[in-house]
Order: sequence, then C-alpha cells, then structure tokens
Amino acid sequence: MAEASTATAPAARPRKRSSGRPDNLGLLLNNRLATAGLAIFALIVLTALLAPLLPLPDPDVTAPADRLLRPLSEGHLLGTDALGRDILSRLVWGSRVSLAVGISATLIAAFFGSLIGLVAGYAGGRVDTLLMRGIDMVMAFPYILLALAIVAVLGPGLLNALYAIAVVNIPFFARNIRGIALGLSRREFVDAARLSGKSHAQILFIEVLPNVLPVIIITMSTTVGWMILETAGLSFLGLGAQPPQADLGSMLGDGRKILFTAPHVSIIPGLMIFALVMSINLIGDGVRDVLDPRLKSGALTRPVARTAVMRDHAPGKFLPSPGAVLDVRGLRTEFHFGREIFHAVGGVDMRLGQGECLGIVGESGSGKSVAAMSIMGLVPTPPGRITQGVALLDGEDLFSVSDERVRQLRGSAVSHVFQDPLSTLHPLFTIGDQLIEAIQAHQPLGKARATEKAAELLKLVRIPNPAERLKAYPHELSGGMRQRVCIAMALAGDARIIIADEPTTALDVTVQAQVLSLLDALRRENNTGILFITHDFGVVSAICDRVAVMYAGQFVETGTTAEILSSPAHPYTAKLIDCVPVLGQPERRLDAIEGRPPVVNDLPVGCRFAPRCPRAREDCRTGPIPLTRFGAGREVRCIHPLTREAADA
Amino acid sequence: MPEAPLLSIEQAEKVFGGGRTLFGRMRPAVHAVQDVSLEVRRGETLGVVGESGCGKSTLARLIVGLDAPTGGRIVFDGRDLVAEAGKDLRRLSRDVQYVFQDPVASLNPRKTIRTILEAPLIHLLGLDRTARESRLSELMDAVNLAPEFLDRYPHEFSGGQAQRIGIARALAADPKLIVLDEPVSALDVSVQAQVLNILDGLKTRFGLTYVFISHDLSVVESVSDRVAVMYFGRIVEIGPARAVFGSPRHPYTHLLLQSAPAPGRRSLVSEDAETELPDPYNPPPGCAFYARCPRGTDMCNARQPPLDEVAGETAHRAACFHPHEGR
Amino acid sequence: MSAYIAKRLLAAIPVLFGLTIIVFLIMAMIPGDPATAILGSYATPENVEKLNRDLGLDKPLLQQYLIWIANLFQGDLGRSYTLNRPVLDEVLERFSATLILAGTALVLCSILGLIAGVISAVRQFSWVDKTITLVVLIGISIPSFWLGLLLILVFAVNLRWFPASGMYAIYGGGGPLDLLHHLFLPALTLAVVATGVIARLTRTAMLEVLRQDYIRTARAKGVTENRVIYRHAFKAALVTVIPVIGIQAGFVLGGAVYIETVFQWPGIGSMLVKAISTRDLLLVQGGVLVVASAYVLFNLAADVLQTVLDPRLR
Repeated sequence: MAEASTATAPAARPRKRSSGRPDNLGLLLNNRLATAGLAIFALIVLTALLAPLLPLPDPDVTAPADRLLRPLSEGHLLGTDALGRDILSRLVWGSRVSLAVGISATLIAAFFGSLIGLVAGYAGGRVDTLLMRGIDMVMAFPYILLALAIVAVLGPGLLNALYAIAVVNIPFFARNIRGIALGLSRREFVDAARLSGKSHAQILFIEVLPNVLPVIIITMSTTVGWMILETAGLSFLGLGAQPPQADLGSMLGDGRKILFTAPHVSIIPGLMIFALVMSINLIGDGVRDVLDPRLKSGALTRPVARTAVMRDHAPGKFLPSPGAVLDVRGLRTEFHFGREIFHAVGGVDMRLGQGECLGIVGESGSGKSVAAMSIMGLVPTPPGRITQGVALLDGEDLFSVSDERVRQLRGSAVSHVFQDPLSTLHPLFTIGDQLIEAIQAHQPLGKARATEKAAELLKLVRIPNPAERLKAYPHELSGGMRQRVCIAMALAGDARIIIADEPTTALDVTVQAQVLSLLDALRRENNTGILFITHDFGVVSAICDRVAVMYAGQFVETGTTAEILSSPAHPYTAKLIDCVPVLGQPERRLDAIEGRPPVVNDLPVGCRFAPRCPRAREDCRTGPIPLTRFGAGREVRCIHPLTREAADA
Repeated sequence: MPEAPLLSIEQAEKVFGGGRTLFGRMRPAVHAVQDVSLEVRRGETLGVVGESGCGKSTLARLIVGLDAPTGGRIVFDGRDLVAEAGKDLRRLSRDVQYVFQDPVASLNPRKTIRTILEAPLIHLLGLDRTARESRLSELMDAVNLAPEFLDRYPHEFSGGQAQRIGIARALAADPKLIVLDEPVSALDVSVQAQVLNILDGLKTRFGLTYVFISHDLSVVESVSDRVAVMYFGRIVEIGPARAVFGSPRHPYTHLLLQSAPAPGRRSLVSEDAETELPDPYNPPPGCAFYARCPRGTDMCNARQPPLDEVAGETAHRAACFHPHEGR
Repeated sequence: MSAYIAKRLLAAIPVLFGLTIIVFLIMAMIPGDPATAILGSYATPENVEKLNRDLGLDKPLLQQYLIWIANLFQGDLGRSYTLNRPVLDEVLERFSATLILAGTALVLCSILGLIAGVISAVRQFSWVDKTITLVVLIGISIPSFWLGLLLILVFAVNLRWFPASGMYAIYGGGGPLDLLHHLFLPALTLAVVATGVIARLTRTAMLEVLRQDYIRTARAKGVTENRVIYRHAFKAALVTVIPVIGIQAGFVLGGAVYIETVFQWPGIGSMLVKAISTRDLLLVQGGVLVVASAYVLFNLAADVLQTVLDPRLR
C-alpha cells in the first residue's frame, strides 16, 4: 500500500480553477450591476460620513425669506424646503441618519435572530419548538403593523423606530438561520466533532457557525435595504425622526403636505432613498450570487429540452451496421464551463441489436451516463453539448433530426429508466397521471382507455392491485415499487430500446434481484434492446450479453460478458474485476488500483490509463491508442494487452 | 471459557418517536433496534450486514454513544460506559471511535485537515502542541497520506483520501474499538480496495477491534471473522463468517446470498413475492420476514422466533422456527 | 383532506389566542400610567382614576386579561376617546375598506408576479429576462409611499386620469365603477413590492425545478416542452411560491398603512397612524388585533392551498 500515497500525492494538487477558493471580492466586481451598486453606495456613504467636513450650510437653520426655492437656485443647488432650509444639506445629513439607523437595526436583528436560529436549529427538540413557536407568534403579525404597535407603545421617535424595525426583522434571521443550522446539525461532521470530544457550545460556535456565516451575510445584505426603507416609512408617517432631527423619511413626509405646490421637496429625498436602497440591493444580489453555491455550480441555469448538437464538421454518410437497431459512431460530448472544456465522452461507438443487452461498465466520472444520455439528447445544455458523431436509430441520425422528431421518439422508440426512482417520479402527480401521460404522449387514446392501459402496464411489471395503485403518489410506494413504476413507464410506448442508467444502484440487494429479473424477462418477452449502465460487474453478469468497459470518456474494451469476465485483455478491466471482493471467496487478496482517474479537462496524451497501469511502457504515452480488434466480436484499446494465455493461467 | 468480551450488548432497544403529544394522543413509534444481544471479542472483526432500514446504522450509533438506547445495556470492557455517555461522551470516545459512511460530509468543509485531526487530540487526550505535532505525522503515515495534506481543506480531496482522513481521525484518540459504518459504500470500486487494505493493516498494527457495518455481502465476507445479519431491527442470524455465508440457516440470509450479484453468476434467484419490508409503524406480531418467507407457517406469524443456537454448531445462532439444514 | 383542513383550523385557534395575549401585553407594557398615556398629560386626576377603574387597570394582570377577553367575545373592544364611538364599529368599517384595497393588490401581485417569474425563467438570460429582473429590482427598492406620490403627481395632477385621493368621489360618487376608478392607483402602488418579491421567487423556483430529475423523466417520456414547463414545472414551483404569497399578504396589509395615508384611503392603516399620533391606544389595540387575525386566516388559506397541491404534506 505504500505506493498509494506516492501515486496519489500529485493527483491531489488542488485544481485552482474549479476547486480553489476564488477571490470573492474579485467575483463580486465581475458583476457589472453589483459594481455599479457598490460605487453608488460608496459615494453615498462617503458623503454621509464626511458631512461635517463638507462646505454645507447648517441643515437646521431656517430662512423664511428663502422658502421653497426651486432646485439650481443661487446658493441652494437642490433648492429649499418650506422653512427655507437647504435641501442638499438636509439630504446629506438625513442620509447619515437613515444609514446609521438602517445598519444598526440590521446588526441588532442579525445578532439576535441568528443566535435564536442557531440555538433552535442545533438543539432541536423542545428548545426548537419553544423558540420557533415564539417566532411564529411574532410572525403572525403583519410586519409593519407590529412595528407600528411597538412604536405606539414606546412613543414616536427615531430610536424607538429603530428598535421596532429591528424586532420585527428578528424572525427573518431566526427562520433562515434555523433552517440552515438544522440541516448542518444533522450532518456527519457534527457527530464527528462530538466524538472528537467537543462540547455542544464548541460545536455550535466553532463547527456550525462558520458554515452558517455566508447565509447570515446574504440575509443581511438582502434585508438592510428593506430596513432603511421601513425606517424611512415610519418617519414618513411622523412616527420616526422627530423635528428638528431629520432623516430621509421625515423629509419626504414634510414635503408631502406641499406636494402640489413644491413637488421637489418630496421628490428629492424619495429619489435619495430609492438610490440608496437600489444600490444596496444590487450589492446584495451580487453578494448572494458570489456566496450561493447553487449559483456557482450552475444549478440555477435552465436546461433546454434537448442537448445542443454543435458538430465541428458535418458527419459523412453512415450506413447502419447490419442487425443494429441503434448504431452510435464517434460520439463526443463535452461540458463547457466558461472557458474550460470537460471531454466527458471522447469518441464512443456502440451498437445494440434487437433484444440484446449491452452493459456499459465504468467508475463514476468515466462518462458512461453522459454517453447514454447523449443518445436522446437528455444531457443538460448548458453546459453539455454534442460535438461529434452520429446516433443512427434504424438508420435515422438522431443528432440531425428536428426537436419535434426527437420528442416523438423519446418514450416510444427509445425509453429510459433512471437511477433514483424517488427523484425521477414527479412528487405531485399520481402514478396513474404519470403513466397515462406517457401513454397519451404517443397514442391518441381517451382517458378511460389510457387508464386501462396504465393498469395493464402495472400488471406487466408485477405490481399487485394495479387499479388501486394508479391512485397512489410516488412517496406512498417503496423503492422497489417505484422503480417498477418507472419501468412500466418505459414500456408505455412499446419501446425498441430501453436505456437504463444504474436502475438498481439505489435499491437493496433483494429488491435489485427482483428488478433485474423483471427487466431480463421483459426484454425476452418483447424483444427490447437494453443499454444498461452500471459500475458493478456482478450486475453485468446477471443481465448483459455484451459489455463495454469505459474509462475516462472512452471504451477500453468490448466483448461478450463471459469472455471479458473470464479473460480480460485490458489491464484496467482486469484490475476493475480484481479490486472487488467476490462472494464466496473471502480469502481473495484485493488488488487496489493506485491513483485516480484523470480529470477529463486535462487528459494525458497517450493511453488514458497509462499513469495507473503496471504494464505501461514508453510507447503507451506517446500518442492516442486506437480501439483494435482482439478476436471475434472483441475490441481492446491497448498495445500491450494481457494475452489470453496469461489471463487463463 | 475465553476471555471477557470487549463489548457486549444485552437486549438493546431503540425506539424513535413514541410518547404522547401535548394533548395526550399517542405518537407513532418505530422500533429501529429491538432485542439485540451480541458480543464483540477483543481483536476480531464483527460484520453486521443488512438492507436499508434494518437498524444497522442505529446500532452503530448506540455503540459509539451518539444515541442512547431506550432499553437494554451496552457494556464496554466491563464498564457500562454507554449509559454514562449521555453525561460525558468523552470517556467512551477515548475507547470507541466511529468511521462515517460519507467521507466528505463527515469533514467540516471550513476546517483544515490539521484542525480536524487535532480536535480529538486536544479534547480527548489533552496533548500539548509538540505531542500533537508528532501524533499528527504518525496518523498521516498510518493512513498513507503525505504530511503536507494537513493544511488543505476537505474539498481538495477525493472520496478515498477523505475516507482515509476519517479513519485517521478515528485512530487519533488511540481507541480500542472502531465502529465502521458503511466505510466504503460511497467510494468507487477501485478505491474501495485501497481503503479496505489500509483498514486491514491498521488492525494488526494497532491491535484494534472492528465492528464493520455494510449492506454489501461480499465486502463483509472478505473482512469479517464473525457476522450478524439484521432484518427489521433484529438480529436474525449470527455466527462465524464462514458458517453464516457457507451454510446460512435463516431463510432471509439465504435470500440475501442468492440475490447478491457476483461476476460470472448468470441468474439471480429472485423471490416471487412483491412484498418488501413490513410497515414499521404497524409491525407484524411474529417473524418480520414471514410475508416473504417460503418456509413460513402459522407459528411464524404468531410469535417471534428466538435467536437460538443451530443444531451442531455452538457459535452459530438463527432466529427461525424452520431453519435451513446445514451443508 | 377535509380532516387536514379541520386540523389546521383547530391549530389556528391557539395562534389567535396568542395574538390576543401579545396585543394585550403590548398595551400593558406602556411605560408609566396607562390611563394618563391614553388620556394625555392634560387629563384631570379624576378622569385618570375613572378610566383606570373603567379599564380595570387596578386589578392584577391576569384578571385584566380575562376581563378584556370576555369583553372581546361580546364584541366590546372599548370606546375610542378621540372619536367617541365603540372601537369595534370604527375598526370594522375601516377594515372593509382596507380589505378591498389589500385584496385587490394581493390578487394583482400574485398574477403579475407569477407571470413575470415564469417568463423570466423560461427565457433565462434573454433580454426579456434581463428587463424583468431589472424592473423587479427597481420595484423592490422603490419606497412605496414615494411611488404613490409620484403616481399622484403624474396621473392625478398632470394627466387627471385618476382621482388623487379617497375611495369615492365626494359629489355624485358611489357605485363599483367609481370605486374601481379610485382603487386603481393605490392598489397598483401597494402591489409593486409584492409583485417583485413573488416574481423573483417564482423565477428561482422554476429554475430549480427545471433541473430536477423528474423533469428529465417527463422529457424522456416524450412530453411536449410546453407541457413540461406549464404542467410539470409550474405546479412544483407553485408549491414553494404559495407560502410566500401568504407572507406577502402580511406585507400588503401592513403596506396599506403607507398607501392609505398617501391616498387618504379611509382604511384601517390611516386610522392606525392617526390613532397612534393621538395616543388613542384602545383604537390601536382593536385595529392591530383585527388586522393580525385577518393575516392569520390568510396564511391558513395559503397553507391549505399548498396542501391541496402537495400530497406529501397530507
């Protein structure tokens, strides 16, 4: 095992681009709107901070002679108000007050709210119930109404308005933070910290808090604008700042009385509030975009209905191989993240005959699912795109036909079964609804007839009481039952080919055996071809006629299941078989594969397995290795294959 | 008589839910673990195998003190430490450690590996800085990781490496027993072997005792000296690995072994029954496997079969009224 | 299903009781002598003492609450000192006006917000999406009381399309058309912020849902893209948006305070502001209680609607 550490050391170098921690401020500045917001906000804050140093007239000195001067008047850039006070000066001083109040209220609410949320989420149980009931009680009041009630009790005044706004915002923080803290507290690293001897307080503040901090910051940045708005609102109603003190809201409130005669007195402070809040919200959005992992991972981009096909050059004319229903040639699928290109599938050929079951075996990241999902265009775009190859279904190239044609073929000629039967069924529709929809998508059947057919399908996959089960929702069924429903759905259109992507991986062994034998029986009864994606050679043995072993985006070996299992020719295949324990052979020494698969945005020049291969020689690393014939119906991508004799011995 | 067992579990029980609501209505209760008794001997690996929902992970959490049993006793090295764990988990944690299923989720994403590994050294052993430094390099060496990894963050590691860090953390406090909860299930097959081999090496090097929990029969078979098979919260069969896998007595163990796919095995014998697990909120009065069992009789449905020694083998027990014959 | 609704209704009762406790406590927390606070500092000592006895303020807190709640059940919320009429009469009269305004705004913001959010998500990154995103951002940043003033200036003062204030025209007013005419500007102003919030959330929810495995399943079945978006994705997104619409009901009810003041709408909001400045605390108490109870019922409706859509919650 000593070699494992040396082999893995270089591979573990952090990949700066995808895994490193990019400079958050840099990311924020990349966002043009957020930068604009930051600039405006900085300007306002700076002016407000420097107010005592600026050559401004006293904001509170009245001059009845100069009352209601229009903007751009001599000596009063923004004019004067009803008492002849300089509006510009009042605006700057008022912003100072509004900012101070808004930010203080945010800090108070964030502190108490986060504390309540953290404790409730971490402690759970009774403490959680008690705290959250209290929060719910506060939230049972319409937000502003509660603030009004608090001001009513405390009496009008700026400080009281601040308290009121802070108090009514505590529930927002508490709820948000509690949700996150609750999720984190169930994570294994919290248990691990307990077993490391840490106390609850240490875990809460040292382990959980740092993970919650981004959420606190996001919540703060999205609420501070709102709080400024609300304090301004209270002042506008005359319940906040009291004369002679003025904030932006009270200036606006004063101006309202003379709206028709001197609109500038109210328009200007309103504009200022708007600019301030808008700039803060722009920054808040930017901060959220930077800190929210979902946005980083692209989880919030909308995938289109079909994978983009962007082939560099038009494919030549291909004639489908005889006997093949599906014939894929030279398939390349890439993922584009910014400037980085991940070659998930790098040139794959596969043929599937009638009623045949072809297994694609590989580890995670080998590209096996992407290759299979590319066929019917189910790889999400963005970021996926098909850049080369053809997929002939009965001679028709699936990559050239119209979107509508692909839609017609999906679920009728080619259907799919996916891995996790819970997430692949729509939680809000009944099993019946979803089956009937699959039937009606391709056959003009009435509701009654389609329902009948749906029940027949459930019977076909051996689900008892089919008519009853049609009314069930997915969450009411067990995992095995759900996967049977998915298989029934795949049979709705009399498919010629079923693409099954790890359909039994999420199931227990006994249920897996049930599902596998069902699939095997169905394909024999209906003569349906199955493309079966899996990582498990045991599962392959149970159902597949032929196998293709995939590594780093390419097939490294194809052949019949029996041949490949008994005498693997590619060193990777051999290692993959030898590294798993086999039932009934407990004494077998496990042969680990050192190192890690290459990352598909940084592939080696020669054989992709060479860096981990004990048989690799100099010529393996010089150029790409082609997939070559190795006996009848067998191909290997290796120039120094394990020979038959050696493997048999 | 052999020496006293390192860990002995006596009729452990864990019920989730239950009790009454504020208004006195009964809350639904689930027996996650029921009437489980077993012993773990010093230096052996006890495999616990079963499908999802069988209670094996709950059992693991009971042993390490993350959850308290609602009934029965768990005695470690002659002391009822697990009962004390509610008050002070640290005493138990010095002797019993845990390796988690999801290696990445078990490492705090915002802490360096050094901080993570130091925690047990500080809080459990109270080591000073120099002692910690030397212990850290020992640990990294034990799991075959380069010492410069110490200052990296968890997201920079692959699943296999992260799991080795998890193992190093469990080793840190120099425990006697390590509970491994599906330690390789989240890993790719090529990496599984690396981790299994490391675990094997550590066991002899540090004289450890393992409780190895997995749903994967072949993995359990390859690592275990003795095996316990769980179904629906109970142990249905327990005995030396060779005996349990070689001549399973309980029909459920039988079914499990026949369902497991293996390279070269063409047909999986699949049961006809469409049933899966019984409803945990409404458990059957008798054997939980009755609905799926080809050998079941009225007697099985009426009462719980006891976990009795099977004829002819002293260490092999099965909870079945109609067990399979030995081979 | 109906059992669930009944259960939810029952669960709302303790919440409503909690509300009365909080409202009562807020009044009890008034610093100094409540009677003086209610009557103002110019009140004579005799009046103060009389009020203290009338309000039962010389009794222990719990007893005060029980008396208060008993009166509440008989529809007695006390008398308003400034208006010299029963609080309940005034509050109910005002509340119906608020309900018209806030209800219209709520319907408006739900429809506009959902439509804008769905369009924005479906055409992500297009100019339509960018425009909607910007408009939404402006909508949630703009002070609604200021927007109201601007609208009055433009549409009432300059263009004279809509009246500047009130609920009905003073001379020859009345009837639903006159009401609609007066309702348009304030309802629109009140709806702006909530529309923004709902649109944003709908967009995010749609985008998240469109990445789900079951959407891929729907596509793999050969379901048309329109059906995928408007049936599969929209229904799932709605489940997350509905509770937010419930919360927005609170913002709309509260925001009515500003809008009613700006447009002089004879609702409960403008009543509350006046009552607070004149320290007519019984009126404040009654008003807060009624609006808060209405909000609880709004949220209850949102909960039930969500449960109808999502079978997992049953």
